[in-house]
Amino acid sequence: MTPEKWTTGSRSSSWVYEALAVFAKDWLLELRTRVAIGAVVLFAVTSVVAAGFALAPPSGVAAEVKAALLWVVLFFAAVAGLSRAFVVEEETRTADALRLTVSPTGVLVGKLAFNTVLMWALCAMTVPLYMLLLEAPARHTTLLLTIVLVGSFALACATTAVGAIVAKASTRGALFGVLSFPVALPPLLVCIHGTKAAWLSDNAWQAAMGDLQVLVGFILVIVPASLLVFEHIWSE
Amino acid sequence: MSWQIELRQVGKCFNDRPVLRGVSATVTAPGAWTILGPNGSGKSTLLKLIAGLLTPSEGEIVYLYNGARLTAQRRRQVVGMVAPDIALYRPLTALENLRFFARARGMAVQDNELMRLLQQVDLRARAHDPVSTFSTGMVQRLKLLTALVHRPPVLLLDEPGSNLDEVGRCLIREIVEEQAKHGIALIATNDTREMDYGKPLIQLGI
Amino acid sequence: MKTYNVAGKVLIGVWIAAVTAAAFLWLPPAQGFRSPETARIVVFHVPCAILTFVAFLVNAFYSWQYLRSRNPLTDSKANAAAELGMLFAILATATGSLFAMEQWGSAWNWDPRETSIVMLMLVYAAYFVLRGAVEEKSKRARLSAAYALLAFPAMVFLIWILPRIVESLHPTNTLFTRSGLDPTYRVTLWSFFAGLTAVFVWMFRLRVQVEQMESRLQQHRQAVMEPLLTGEQG
Repeated sequence: MTPEKWTTGSRSSSWVYEALAVFAKDWLLELRTRVAIGAVVLFAVTSVVAAGFALAPPSGVAAEVKAALLWVVLFFAAVAGLSRAFVVEEETRTADALRLTVSPTGVLVGKLAFNTVLMWALCAMTVPLYMLLLEAPARHTTLLLTIVLVGSFALACATTAVGAIVAKASTRGALFGVLSFPVALPPLLVCIHGTKAAWLSDNAWQAAMGDLQVLVGFILVIVPASLLVFEHIWSE
Repeated sequence: MSWQIELRQVGKCFNDRPVLRGVSATVTAPGAWTILGPNGSGKSTLLKLIAGLLTPSEGEIVYLYNGARLTAQRRRQVVGMVAPDIALYRPLTALENLRFFARARGMAVQDNELMRLLQQVDLRARAHDPVSTFSTGMVQRLKLLTALVHRPPVLLLDEPGSNLDEVGRCLIREIVEEQAKHGIALIATNDTREMDYGKPLIQLGI
Repeated sequence: MKTYNVAGKVLIGVWIAAVTAAAFLWLPPAQGFRSPETARIVVFHVPCAILTFVAFLVNAFYSWQYLRSRNPLTDSKANAAAELGMLFAILATATGSLFAMEQWGSAWNWDPRETSIVMLMLVYAAYFVLRGAVEEKSKRARLSAAYALLAFPAMVFLIWILPRIVESLHPTNTLFTRSGLDPTYRVTLWSFFAGLTAVFVWMFRLRVQVEQMESRLQQHRQAVMEPLLTGEQG
């Protein structure tokens, strides 16, 4: 039998197909077990409601505080759920099967896509609730939407590779918060700044343009850095 | 037109403590070989090294096709492995598991083809049940299937017959014989019933 | 060789002592500061701050080297750099805080430079927490090197964006400008920097040596114990 026949059925296993397969598998698992999304939503809703109670009436709270608090809630909710993507593979002993099947790049991109969608789902549930309970000014909503989408993607980029490191180090969640905070801090600060601009400035788009540029720049730096180091994290 | 795996003075340490040292061997397709040794002698570690799941602390493991070295990506494509500590996705069904492992390797297989494969290991009836509901024997059969779905030239089996009944063991024997006709099968075992699956290649331990 | 080592250490000791004495005895009190005597602390503060960033660079470099070569020595060096970086970050923050207390009446002012040093401390702390969580040596080295290489661009971004963020979040600009420093201060400061760098290099080499020796000791122990444990002869 010729070698082509032997690895037949394998059309060029490019990382795109691999990432798609990993992404689909992860979401299938998630929808069936609902662990990550449960942790994330529970945390977010609880914190928003608690903040709403504590800060009532919200009209007395400065917009800067509301902006900062929103992203603090989003970040910690992310920490509650974004390490799941890698930890579950180690916990259930499926990591080796994955390692045998998929290239490191495919794994990272697939998991990053999973985390991004998780973040976006988190934002979709949290941001409207937050704005409602804390009476955030409903100004420049398209700008806000852009910042939330790009910013949460940046947070996912910052934390996915760290999640891989943590999963290999130990499966306890506490480590993830400590390690991901320094790496997630730049996009976090920028998102707060941009959100504040969206709610307060009249020239919001102009004020926040710099922030969006920094976010994109950050993503363009962290993703290649993650790809470069991931192989060393993933292979023993 | 041959596949070859060369182990050149392979060693593996964990925390400066050697688990394997100076292991050398060469296998050339076709054929089946066994790696023997008592528990704790490093059989599983060696098999994982050969699979590429671990990197050797010393020496190297080289895959050759017609004398040319294979890259890590190629090696992933030509190897299939079954081991007790490599698990399947338990919340997913048998079909979903199989579909993932096939699609992740870039195979554009249709579901009916996968169902046919499940039929071959007598799991078709349970195709839509989550793996968490399977017996250990059924899990092992599904693992074999996921390792073979891409028809790899190299098949690595770590204690394949454990937890299997006579019927299951027959299946393993058939698979090994089929694999040994055109490719390489390496079986790590300390079970006397499995020792004749192939020619003894490496004896680990004291 | 040994005499050079001893002479070098003595020289460093004398140098640092001399510069410190000069900072208090020779240097005039700084004009234009609220507490001119306390402002002398800037001579010690700035070199510490610079060295903590240098240590971060050194750590990133050796982390990258480790991933390329998997040589345990590079991991020891990365670790040593991180330890020293943490030490100097603590010193820089402490001296900076003392100065801020005297000059502006509050220990913390969200000055971008001070904030970036504290962020760096967070990274070092995270680095050590990670190292503490992994038992196996090569795994520990690999994972901490990977983390260092992720934290490095993140910190670069942070240092870049902090000024624009902090200025707009906290309009009062309490930035400390160094351009108006008296020449005597400049001389003392850079002299201290030279001495401190020498201390850094010395401590770095010592730390790496200690870790290498510990590793060799462990290996010898394994080599001796192993035949005894497995009952082999000779």
